[in-house]
Amino acid sequence: MTDLSSSHAWVRTKDAERLPPPPNTTGVVGWLLQNLFNTPLNSVFTIIGVAFIAWIGWGIIEWAIIRGVFSGESRDACVAVPDSGACWPYVAAKFHQFVYGFYPFDQRWRVNICFIVGAIALATMAIPSLPYKKWNALFLLVVYPLMTFVLLTGGNLDFSTSTLLGIVGLLLLSALIVPLLAFGIEEGVQRNRTALLLAGAALLIWLVTLFISMPEINLLGSFVSVSTLAVVALLLAAAIMSLVHEASSRDVSARSALLGWVGACCAVIAVLLVMTVDFGLVAVETQQWGGLLVTMVVAITGIVASLPLGILLALGRRSKMPVVRLFSVVFIEVWRGVPLITVLFMSSIMLPLFLPEGVNFDKLLRALVGTALFSAAYMAETVRGGLQAIPKGQYEAAQALGLSYWRTMSLIVLPQALKIVIPGIVNSFISLFKDTTLVLIIGLFDLLGIVKASFADPKWAAPQTASTGFFVAALMFWVFCFGMSRYSIYMERRLATGHKRRGI
Amino acid sequence: MTQASTTPKVQAAAGNQAGEVAIQLVGVNKWYGEFHVLRDINLAVERGERIVICGPSGSGKSTLIRCINRLEEHQSGQIIVDGNELTNDLKRIDEVRREVGMVFQHFNLFPHLTVLENLTLAPIWVRKMAKAEAEAVAMKYLTRVKIPEQAKKYPGQLSGGQQQRVAIARSLCMNPKIMLFDEPTSALDPEMIKEVLEVMVDLAQSGMTMLCVTHEMGFARQVANRVIFMDQGQVIEQNSPAEFFTNPKSERTKLFLSQILH
Repeated sequence: MTDLSSSHAWVRTKDAERLPPPPNTTGVVGWLLQNLFNTPLNSVFTIIGVAFIAWIGWGIIEWAIIRGVFSGESRDACVAVPDSGACWPYVAAKFHQFVYGFYPFDQRWRVNICFIVGAIALATMAIPSLPYKKWNALFLLVVYPLMTFVLLTGGNLDFSTSTLLGIVGLLLLSALIVPLLAFGIEEGVQRNRTALLLAGAALLIWLVTLFISMPEINLLGSFVSVSTLAVVALLLAAAIMSLVHEASSRDVSARSALLGWVGACCAVIAVLLVMTVDFGLVAVETQQWGGLLVTMVVAITGIVASLPLGILLALGRRSKMPVVRLFSVVFIEVWRGVPLITVLFMSSIMLPLFLPEGVNFDKLLRALVGTALFSAAYMAETVRGGLQAIPKGQYEAAQALGLSYWRTMSLIVLPQALKIVIPGIVNSFISLFKDTTLVLIIGLFDLLGIVKASFADPKWAAPQTASTGFFVAALMFWVFCFGMSRYSIYMERRLATGHKRRGI
Repeated sequence: MTQASTTPKVQAAAGNQAGEVAIQLVGVNKWYGEFHVLRDINLAVERGERIVICGPSGSGKSTLIRCINRLEEHQSGQIIVDGNELTNDLKRIDEVRREVGMVFQHFNLFPHLTVLENLTLAPIWVRKMAKAEAEAVAMKYLTRVKIPEQAKKYPGQLSGGQQQRVAIARSLCMNPKIMLFDEPTSALDPEMIKEVLEVMVDLAQSGMTMLCVTHEMGFARQVANRVIFMDQGQVIEQNSPAEFFTNPKSERTKLFLSQILH
């Protein structure tokens, strides 16, 4: 430090000039030079690539527009023109079928209402600057599904006594979770041991009656087995015990858990009531649904159900509790290890064999449950990837501030983890949307299925019918998938908060 | 796993001495698998005391203070914080964590929240404070750490020193009785260490009970009541800073001091 020779010593006396960048490094020309024509080889590739795109693009335009047939009443219009391209009159004639399937003509306004209301609610939800997001979400997740259910099926459900008893049993069973939520698993179990034992006995009896039939007695005009009554009575006793325990506790979390349970029960009962009310709508069997309607119903239900389920499974797989972890791992690996086609076959052909007599679920409903659980397993692994990317310090900081497990997850970890995996989540959504085409194999006509079915119509059987139909189906799928993709990129950019380098 | 005593509240700490002993560790041992990382730690920290813990890396300093708010679990012995003994009882752990603030080496701010949201999160969700009130408290502490103008920014837009000061303010917003610092300046550029230390000195002078794991010996001399030297999971020596630096008793301490002070 002390003995630098004087020749190295130097002090800047004048600021270096600030110059503009050299020409051809900025603007359009600069971008082209840097990205497309930076070396001779790349220039050649660029030219070949552009030529290829132009060739494909011209081919499509030529087929669809220049050689396309735009008017006519039947196949004759398309057959008459020699070397004709796309047969558009066929699409015009069949388009309603593509959208509604075999939904009765005079009832299609119901589908339209669902589409329009859904589109408006989704758009207002998706645009960040619009207010009332909470109410909008509540509408989309609770009111809208109920509304579509009633409108599309006609509502006016007729629950059998055994179904009603089953629902009551499940509600009573859910009361047992309340103390676990309020006091944590360990203390909750300790405080509520008798009720849990009663519920266990009830489940045991129910399992036994799956194999042994019991005498039945007449209850309000329908026959109910003695064992069912015993199960319900035991569950009722268990539920009352755990709820009385909650209500007598002064603990704030016990009170709020109790209120939450009562609210949830009221909501379930209200939903059931709405489903059973006769709104005067004609019942439309799900066999008559088809086209875009089925695609949208399956895809949207799958998307909406798979995300929360996937998050829970991902959290479960990383849980410290061995039982929860084992359950999540088994669930995920079983569903991921089976092709969707198998799941759909199982749901439509195998499942009815296992169900007790008289219990019969709608075919579409079974497909819905199958695809939702299937994509939940994939979603779980996507979300787990995000969870693993969150540094341990984030958990520790949240814990050190006194945040509970669920608060830590919902306020700190998941918002960051889900933001990281937006591309993966949307990837799952898109593949789910396209996988809905597989419901064709269990006899449901989705968009692609209905397009294929329309080829059989002799009125429109022309050489170009099939290619036109597939082109339209592909275009419709592409519009939805591309929309999802663009929106996800927009959200990613919007949610970036400067802690990461901004990507493309 | 835990062999810690199951006495729920320890009378000695909770009752007559409540005004005095803030943290008490009795015969604490901890293992990472086979490795004995904390060996028979006995320590009593009085209210208002400022303690600096130093020692070579791997000596168990960080593990020790992380046991105090149960980020790490000890396997035998007793840790009593503010009259609450740390056991598997989640409620009691939450109670302790509410009263004990912690500042980390790598700040651990929440990157998806603004500075203000980082500060108000715990008061709103844990203390159930109204949002406006929590924001007022947050601004008070941001002013105290001298960066009120950064409230609306995200942590990623701040310098390391500013981030650490936000982290200190975040802990203070919970109005803790005890503050733990885990090498708060080790990840900072030399230029930024001073601004963080100033905040810590200010906090020490306000009478906060503080446990700091740090290598800032100037800070130790200036504010600490006591310096604790740890090596290989044991407390080797503890003394007042004046005695500790000028007249270390153990050979191990002398060696350590000769390596870090020149």
